[in-house]
Amino acid sequence: MSNAKHYLAAEADIDISSVSLSFSARAWSSIKKDKIAFLSVMIVIFLMLVAIFAPWFAPKDPLFQYPEGLSKIGAPQGPGSHFFLGTDQNGRDVLSRLIFGARVSLTVGVVATALASLIGVVIGTVSGYLGGWIESILMRLTDVVLSFPLLLFCIALIAVTGPSTKNVVLVIAFAYWTYLARIIRSQVLSLKEREFVIAARSLGLTTPQIIRRHIIPHLIPTIIVYSTLGVATSILIEASLSFLGIGVPLPQPSWGEMISEGQKYFQSAPWLLVAPGVTMIIAVLAFNLMGDWLTDLFDASTKVAQR
Amino acid sequence: MTTTEKLLVSVNDLCVHFRGNPKNFKAQIIKAVDGVSFEISRGETLGIAGESGSGKSTLARTLIGINKPTSGSIKILGEEVSKYSNASLRPIRKKIQMVFQDPYDSLDPRFTVAQSIAEGLQIRNVPKSEISSEVMKLLSVVKLSNSLATRFPSQLSGGQRQRVAIARSLATKPDLIICDEAVAALDVSVRAQILNLLQDIQEQTGVSYLFISHDLSTLRYISKNVAIMYGGRIVEFGNSDAVLTNPQHPYTRALINSVPTLSGVREHRNRIIGEPPDPANLPTGCSFSPRCNESISQCSVQTPKLLQISPLCKVACHVRFPHAENEASEGGKNYV
Amino acid sequence: MTTWLLRRTIQMLAVIWGVMTLAFILAFIVPGDPARMVAGTNASAQAVANIRHELGLDQSLVSQYFHFVVRLFHGNLGVSFALQNQTVGSVIMRALPFTMALAIGGILWELLLGIPFGIIAAYRPKSAFDRIATFSALFGLSTPPFWLGLMLLYFLAFKLSVFPLNGVGHPLIWYLILPSFTLGVGGAAFYSRIVRTTVINVLRSPFIEFAQLKGMPASLILKRHVIRHALMPIVTMIGMDLGYFLGGVLIVESIFGIPGIGQLAFRSISTLDVPIITGTVLIASVFMVLMNFFVDVLYTFIDPRVKLQRNT
Repeated sequence: MSNAKHYLAAEADIDISSVSLSFSARAWSSIKKDKIAFLSVMIVIFLMLVAIFAPWFAPKDPLFQYPEGLSKIGAPQGPGSHFFLGTDQNGRDVLSRLIFGARVSLTVGVVATALASLIGVVIGTVSGYLGGWIESILMRLTDVVLSFPLLLFCIALIAVTGPSTKNVVLVIAFAYWTYLARIIRSQVLSLKEREFVIAARSLGLTTPQIIRRHIIPHLIPTIIVYSTLGVATSILIEASLSFLGIGVPLPQPSWGEMISEGQKYFQSAPWLLVAPGVTMIIAVLAFNLMGDWLTDLFDASTKVAQR
Repeated sequence: MTTTEKLLVSVNDLCVHFRGNPKNFKAQIIKAVDGVSFEISRGETLGIAGESGSGKSTLARTLIGINKPTSGSIKILGEEVSKYSNASLRPIRKKIQMVFQDPYDSLDPRFTVAQSIAEGLQIRNVPKSEISSEVMKLLSVVKLSNSLATRFPSQLSGGQRQRVAIARSLATKPDLIICDEAVAALDVSVRAQILNLLQDIQEQTGVSYLFISHDLSTLRYISKNVAIMYGGRIVEFGNSDAVLTNPQHPYTRALINSVPTLSGVREHRNRIIGEPPDPANLPTGCSFSPRCNESISQCSVQTPKLLQISPLCKVACHVRFPHAENEASEGGKNYV
Repeated sequence: MTTWLLRRTIQMLAVIWGVMTLAFILAFIVPGDPARMVAGTNASAQAVANIRHELGLDQSLVSQYFHFVVRLFHGNLGVSFALQNQTVGSVIMRALPFTMALAIGGILWELLLGIPFGIIAAYRPKSAFDRIATFSALFGLSTPPFWLGLMLLYFLAFKLSVFPLNGVGHPLIWYLILPSFTLGVGGAAFYSRIVRTTVINVLRSPFIEFAQLKGMPASLILKRHVIRHALMPIVTMIGMDLGYFLGGVLIVESIFGIPGIGQLAFRSISTLDVPIITGTVLIASVFMVLMNFFVDVLYTFIDPRVKLQRNT
């Protein structure tokens, strides 16, 4: 039909597929431009590898008390050729302890954040989409948990149940899910009103189908960003708990515990305090920067899609 | 199946009222739709004209089940659906579909064209093996090339997106498609193409349309009958040519006269002054009376009924029917 | 407005009730027998039983909860187990002023560092200052506060003797400078980033351009428009921070030896002094809730959009 040709001719020349790149392509070009983002992602990947392959990275056994690690009067050695970052008061190699500490911090961080994300997304989505009294109750619950002094609660809970890695993970997850729940809920509230969601409802899709197909995929950028930041926060909280002596139990090395021990020797052996602190800063910084970069990336992609 | 049922949709005295935020401790009732009645037959296109706030979008959303009617009756193919729950509405939803105004937002940006259309097919329980070919068929119905099936909405133009939206709405083989300002966001040249496409589809499949628009010339082009909405009510109804060339209601007259044309000096009679009414606070009697330059005393007391003024047209106006039987009211019905 | 206020107040009360219940449950699951603790290790079983009865610990869970709530309404937080019959109220009152001073100091640092840095960075985006400021901000965010505190102590108090090493004394402010700085630096970093983003967005908006075209001097633009917008997100966060700080920041308090609520709470947990644990937890949470509420109300006065909602 001549009409058909007419239609196709009118539409065919408008082809903007070249403008809209895929997400991974955009991520790649962005990272090539932004050196800081590149560096932070590299550090994060490096940390992950170190955490997973700690035994291969660590030059020495982190738990072993090397007799040559202590000087003749039993004082810890400073950084040198034998012990790259020195030894602690028990003759243990600081570098190896840092590496195994990375394993602890990252494991706790990732697992706790994953758990917190799961809980936060579920609660945020349910309260945001269903609304009504469900939303009120869930939000009040979130408020109660948010208002509770986090550290005190952690301490009390661990005092009650005994320090263990599992408890640390649970306690951090308990603290962090509330932030995610709030953010997700406000996103779901605005997503609910988008026309493609209303279109899906008018199509007759069930609520679980709509949530699964149309709401959750749009939440993924937020989840990724907040998970990255969550790992950073978890590392800090775990270190705080270990610093107080109620974190990951001995003999596992933890950055927080190393700092706590290092306090006592900061006159004679300042490296015991400096090394774990600087390492922590670098790690947390890297995760924060990566979270920043991801935020910018996702912001840009929503702007492109909206055009 | 009652295929002899020529009456697709029969709406009778439909009211859709919302509870608003209490103001000064008084409960607010927002009367978005206040006593609307009309019928749509198979293969017919009914146009609904009105400005923002007239209630036309609420009406559309109520028909597809997004809003719940407060009172009145909605019959789809003879079945009374106004009190149905979401679950019982599900089989009915297939029969009425909607094409939305915003071509940029009505398609999920994360779904490809094919996926968006396939969602509709899935409602019809089309087996997986046939989905691909059905999608291609629908694409050809809306005159889009098959190569666009794997594209994302961000890679399409506005007109193309609307075509995809139309294809999606056709996927469930509906009896009625509601077009809620479906062409308002498109360029004028594209608009004509889409309207022609809709007419072609109607010829091929016999689907009915409820076409909502604020643009009278569009309505005149595409719909057989048109209803003019104001303040949640229908104030004039009839054959679109007749209503738009010879309007009877003062509001319709002013609406038509306000359309800018290229021909010379505008007539300044019938210019509308003032603002559309606040649905939370409708005037008593005829809701247009505060702005009407023809109003008589009866207008602010009683709500005018829609009465036949000519073989093809009905109008709700006391000035046209000064002695008609009207029901006394306090600004419409109050259903909470 | 009044309906909103009423609703918000009811919400707040609901949250406080939730917190109370949580605190009570917390107290209950703490192991150890409080009656024995009060009686002393050498007391006879009869004496312990008597004390248990006196403390009401032999009653059912529900009735204990009921009494707990009733006592709370009379402002009675109970008597400390470990600290020789001092009322929880008095103990907390002694520690609270220190924590308050610390909290206010922390907030001041956050504002003094965060807002100016953020605004200046926004006015000179991508400049050297901006980059340094942003980087220091990120640094401040990523530094564990306890480590920072220790570093500051080591360099400024120990090595250089600028600041006192430990505890509190005269003048109080001098003793609080380092700890409040440690507290505030993380928040300052956070605020400066938020202020920077907000101000950059505001500076880009059309009405600022209009004001510039009108010939408004930059300082006036700053004062009238920019600061108001920058303050809005800050106000929310200050509320939360203040609530959080007032709960007692235990790590900073213990590093610097400040006898505040945080220290109190920590010690009470190690001694399993349940009434004090409950008391401190309650005080901290209630502060948090009240602050949030206050901020919400304040916001309706600051944000003009919310103001409109208020008047309808």
